[in-house]
Amino acid sequence: MKKISFRLNGESVECYIEENQFLIDILRDNFQLTGTKEGCGMGECGACTVIVDKLNINSCLYPAIEIEGKDVTTIEGVAKNGQLSEIQRAFLENGAVQCGFCTPGMVLSTKAFIDELSDNYKNISKDDIKKALSGNICRCTGYLQIIESVKNLIEKRNSAIQTGD
Amino acid sequence: MKNEFSFIGKRLPKIDAPEKLTGEAIYIQDLKRPKMLYGKIKRSEYSHALIKNIDISKALKVAGVKALLTRDTNPAKNFKIGFMKDNPIIKSDKVRQYRDEVAAVAAISEDVAEEAISLIKVEYEPIESVFDPFEAMKDGAPSIHDFDSNGKPIKNNTLPVKWKFEHNNIEEYMKKSKYIVEGRYETSWAHHCCMGTTGVIAEFDHQNNLTVYMPTQIPNLAQNDFTDLLHSLALKDKNVRVVTPTIGGAFGNKLDTHCYEHIAVILAWMSKKPVKILFDRTEEFIAMAPRQPSVITISHGCDANGKLTFRKADAILDNGAYTSWGATTPSVMFVPMSSLYRVPAVAFQAKCIYTNNIYSQAFRGYGNPQATFAIESSIDELATKIGIDPIEFRLLNANETGDTTPMGLQISSCGLKECINTVKKELDWDKKRVKNRGVGIAALIHVGGAARIYRSDGHGMILRLDDFGKVYIYTGATEIGQGSETVISQTVSEILGVFPEDIKIIRHDTDICPWDVGTHASRQMYVSCKAAIRCSTEAKNKILEYATLFMKDEVIKKNRENKNFKGDLLHLLSIKDELDIKNRSIFLKRSSEEIDYHIPLDKILRRIHFRGSKDGNMIVTETFFEPDTDMLNPTKSKGNISETYVFAAHGVEVEIDDETGEVKILKFVAAHDVGKAMNPMLLEGQIYGGVMQGIGFALYEQMILQNGKIMNPDLLDYKVPTFMDTPEINIKLIEKGDPLGPFGAKGIGEIGLIPVAPAIGNAIKNAVGVRINSLPFTCEKLMYKICEEKK
Repeated sequence: MKKISFRLNGESVECYIEENQFLIDILRDNFQLTGTKEGCGMGECGACTVIVDKLNINSCLYPAIEIEGKDVTTIEGVAKNGQLSEIQRAFLENGAVQCGFCTPGMVLSTKAFIDELSDNYKNISKDDIKKALSGNICRCTGYLQIIESVKNLIEKRNSAIQTGD
Repeated sequence: MKNEFSFIGKRLPKIDAPEKLTGEAIYIQDLKRPKMLYGKIKRSEYSHALIKNIDISKALKVAGVKALLTRDTNPAKNFKIGFMKDNPIIKSDKVRQYRDEVAAVAAISEDVAEEAISLIKVEYEPIESVFDPFEAMKDGAPSIHDFDSNGKPIKNNTLPVKWKFEHNNIEEYMKKSKYIVEGRYETSWAHHCCMGTTGVIAEFDHQNNLTVYMPTQIPNLAQNDFTDLLHSLALKDKNVRVVTPTIGGAFGNKLDTHCYEHIAVILAWMSKKPVKILFDRTEEFIAMAPRQPSVITISHGCDANGKLTFRKADAILDNGAYTSWGATTPSVMFVPMSSLYRVPAVAFQAKCIYTNNIYSQAFRGYGNPQATFAIESSIDELATKIGIDPIEFRLLNANETGDTTPMGLQISSCGLKECINTVKKELDWDKKRVKNRGVGIAALIHVGGAARIYRSDGHGMILRLDDFGKVYIYTGATEIGQGSETVISQTVSEILGVFPEDIKIIRHDTDICPWDVGTHASRQMYVSCKAAIRCSTEAKNKILEYATLFMKDEVIKKNRENKNFKGDLLHLLSIKDELDIKNRSIFLKRSSEEIDYHIPLDKILRRIHFRGSKDGNMIVTETFFEPDTDMLNPTKSKGNISETYVFAAHGVEVEIDDETGEVKILKFVAAHDVGKAMNPMLLEGQIYGGVMQGIGFALYEQMILQNGKIMNPDLLDYKVPTFMDTPEINIKLIEKGDPLGPFGAKGIGEIGLIPVAPAIGNAIKNAVGVRINSLPFTCEKLMYKICEEKK
């Protein structure tokens, strides 16, 4: 057992782990954050996506020991004060959720993508969105309404920025 | 019915989306029970072998093992599952496929269970296997099952279910035909690949009643199966409760109970503790039943003018080693085989063959994708042969509203011609295209108003209002992501004059919810909304009836201070038909602007409760909606199995890379005759999802079996479409309204998938002049054909 400390959804936390454990197990078992889903356990489907220091990663492949001192965001940390975030609302309003199993990972990959753009939304094409989310598999929606959600969100933000100017 | 709807036809978000978006939804992965054990299954290492000996001595010594199930310890020895009751949940004398269950363990942790399983030693004597259904049909082929469920010897590997349909004398119509084409079309195993793998928790209480937590499309049929199992365990008077957590995808994959669920029940019974079995991705691939492969030989004929004369088809379905609903998919194949286009003479038969391959199930479309692939590929060949444009050829033979088809299907509404014409327009069909580009079309007919493949096709619903104007719907419907809860809420809100947020859907628990046959056959919206219309109409009538007792009183009270109030309409308030409910208020339809004749619904509900008649009343209504349809006639295979039918046409433009064989989809048009879109956003979601699964089925997906063993049981080697594979999909809805559907709507859950493969196949043919007769259309197959053609 080894003690690690890191930031989890904005709070400083610590826990004891086995050195061969993966991040997903720590999140689900130690912290009861079951919003992080395991779809394959092999990094193929992206259902277990969380954000570590701004990067979306497969938590089923990420050694827990590596998390020391880092900043982790799971789906439970996306909505604030019981209010859906902009991304979650876009998914809701554009029909991007069906069975919902891929949804947490999908939201987090979208968040990593949007955050990385840091308000630089010009010339973002549907292909850019597809590439950014290509590590996440969805079997229900056929992806189209997810792409639409992200596109609408970007357009909304872009026009907000322009009006702001 | 009103023309202006408040909720029907609106793009309302899915009710369960917020809990899924925040990670709060509880799937079987997330569910734990106090004192729960973990179960693991040991599976066969041979495709066909006698079990000589099972040594559990080492496994028993592992600390933490609480129950160990083998043929020797099995307390339900004669219990079998499957459509033909041919599948023992723990195999006893022999194994018949690689995935066969030979032993199972329940232990205090997954690791302990895993270790114990690895220490069980099974001695096998391999026997000859057969993997090709055509070989399996021959005399002298290895026998997969020696006896049927009644103990009678089985003579051969062909399932004793006759799937045969004949209409008019086929020979006669063949002679009348000017042009005839024949072809052989093959489809492969396709896996549902639900993103949430499956699992189960079984638990007995102190009275030995059983609760099973499981993601399933058929809670009530599952209850039936587990009740049978309890009988085998000599637990005859016990109750079975099936509770369904949030389902991480289904598509037909959860249409039956499987061995692992029954094993969990037995392990729970043996250990007297809750037992959870959860599949990982590999086990999901290996042990869940995929869409069965088919080989369909089909011929079509037409006269000199292009009118179809006959359709003759023979289907051989590789059933695998045991039966599930896959063995009954020919019943739905009958629909397109008999009724897609107007065909005067039809002969269709299907045989399901036992082999040592994995057993099969239904997958979105229930046999229709395989049948439509054969039909629509062949129709294109016939159009080419006679020299008529494929669009014109289809229009010439299209079904029409009011038709009764050879199978006896009554076509209450049909927008097929509109769908075909829409594809023509949207795809710019007649445009000249450059080399290696081409267009293709394929159409479909499918059940759209439930499907009677089980003796009841009904749906039970209870509606209850509380003292605060909130509505509780107890429904047998299962939400698998498609949005049944949302459309039920829209329906109830529309009729009862409340808002969707006033409605709570109580579902997924057989202790509480009335019976429903299951979410399949694109039926859930149709049956649930029909039931919801009945329940809410009756509730509304009751409320208004009682309201006549109180409205006058309340209106007078409300207008006490109003100087304009003369009370001249007061007498109308005691006439039910003068009242209505909207926006949570009961009001006089002839209300004037100055006088407020609106009384809050909840206020009236409280008066009904406390002072209704003498003793007070509750508003509770219930219904069991059983579609007015026929069970298939067993000798003639005829009957109107659905209340209504859906039609669609898909058009696709492709570009072929003639150096790699890669198929690129440039444009995709999906024109669907849906009757009425209850919620266009959710409907489009179903079509997008179906089309992408269809693209997977057409271009990428195949389970590779080598001597019965799956060689690609993971998402890297079994390729489902990703973001990068999505073309623009142009959905066009034809809304003509169906006279029988709820608000005119028809069922649409499966149809997005069905015509995709033949549409792409036809486009490939149009682009490069070669036809691939087997799915998927891989680059290798296409390159081989293109090279062969060039020779």
